[in-house]
Amino acid sequence: MCGIVGLLLKNAALNENLGRFVTPMLVSMAERGPDSAGLAVFTDRDLGEKYSLFAQDAQFDWDALERVLDEALVPTPRIEAKGRYARLSLDVEPDTLRRWMAEHFPHLHVLSAGHFMDIYKDAGHPAEIAGRYDFPALTGSHAVGHTRMATESAITPAHAHPFTAGEDFCLVHNGSLSNPYKIRRRLERKGIRFETDNDTEAACRFLEWRLREGDGLETALAEGFSVLDGFYTLLMATRDELALVRDSFACKPAVVAETDDYVAIGSEYRALAHLPGVKEASLFEPRPEEIYTWRR
Amino acid sequence: METITDTDKTVRVDLDESSVRDLNQFLHHDLAASGVKHIEVLNPNGRHNIAVGVDAPVSVDIRGHAGYFIGGMNKQARITVHGNVGWSVGENIMSGSIRVKGNASECAGASGHGGLVVIEGDASSRCGISMKGCDIVVGGSVGHMSAFMAQLGTLVVCGDADAGLGDSLYEAVIYVRGTIKGLGADAREEPMGEEDYARVAALLDKAGFDHDPKAFKRVASARTLYHWNADHHQEY
Repeated sequence: MCGIVGLLLKNAALNENLGRFVTPMLVSMAERGPDSAGLAVFTDRDLGEKYSLFAQDAQFDWDALERVLDEALVPTPRIEAKGRYARLSLDVEPDTLRRWMAEHFPHLHVLSAGHFMDIYKDAGHPAEIAGRYDFPALTGSHAVGHTRMATESAITPAHAHPFTAGEDFCLVHNGSLSNPYKIRRRLERKGIRFETDNDTEAACRFLEWRLREGDGLETALAEGFSVLDGFYTLLMATRDELALVRDSFACKPAVVAETDDYVAIGSEYRALAHLPGVKEASLFEPRPEEIYTWRR
Repeated sequence: METITDTDKTVRVDLDESSVRDLNQFLHHDLAASGVKHIEVLNPNGRHNIAVGVDAPVSVDIRGHAGYFIGGMNKQARITVHGNVGWSVGENIMSGSIRVKGNASECAGASGHGGLVVIEGDASSRCGISMKGCDIVVGGSVGHMSAFMAQLGTLVVCGDADAGLGDSLYEAVIYVRGTIKGLGADAREEPMGEEDYARVAALLDKAGFDHDPKAFKRVASARTLYHWNADHHQEY
């Protein structure tokens, strides 16, 4: 199993309510994925280079990290912390930061990098995680979430979805891939590094690599159909787009509701049932191997 | 269940107030003694397992979009969903009828032994998978691999059928009014006979659709998979 949810607000006046709308979507999918959860949230404006960080140590001293960064890497970093999670804003390239972190703070996990996206993910029940990081208070233009029922790799915050690669790109997955190691070996030969042994990470890094090589999202996904073997409903987000695909068997569910105000995606209709106007929304089930994209 | 109100032998259950378990326990244990003939279910909001395992000549109206397994294992009851349903509506239906006013997700009428399932809109993939004697009438189109391994009964599709229709069919028969994107292994189109026209007309009438039976095509098993053939080398 696993649950996926996504929400893209077409009406920017609703951006203040993004967290309030998407949190019940995520929590309603807890029965499909009770062991971990995550949420990627995008703003509609460029907030400069920022990173989502996750500390293994619950008592991690974020103030100390701020001081060390200020002295050793670049001046005036800004850290906003919520327990083990922190958003770090500072003007440094992702590769440089990742290298520096691996050397100086190996127990800090860099969850994501980008100018528009923050990622929260953790192990535990989705309702607890939503409370832990105050998901209802989040604002922005679009969000992608996942509740996980692990069927292959370990249950840890790093193995939770969304997975990211590069900047401002994330992916959630319901299903299982049968050739993740083949994809992984192909990408590792190109110098692409992996952080976990999770099958979804292979799909995420493959698609991000195609995007970086110049493919559009639709071209990358069309190639994904021939490269990714297994069962999947994949939901992806970039700074201004959501994309949804299902494999040729389409045995992992998804429902889409579209109104003038939003596009909402859930594994099941009950994830969408609380949204305003959903009863009058255009509702449909995505077809196998068809690419659906929505732009904010 | 406190929220049930008995008016002229009708009860109304609001699933925002009562649980699906409360509803189903009432239907399984208390219905016969209550004399209730009509149950109205409010705020289904995509919840699963609504009105499964009913075995009584009652009508159930579910007002809104419902989730998975609606009316599963139904006997005798006449269930209507005034909205869409998720996966496996009427799974293993034995008798009675289930009508969905909107669309149905995957596996509608899966394994059904008897009774009638009507989807007024579209049904998604694997509609009628492994059906064993029920009848299914779909007002719109069906998704891929519909009637996969269907053993007995009739699937009537008033719209189109997606790829892999009737893959590995046994003795169920499929009638399609629109276009068939592709037939599955061992399924073949056959000429319509008088019996077929009568069978389609009777089901359209029961389901309340007004189409000319002459517009339907018949798909049935070529029966080449009935016996193992080593020369096929697993390629059919």
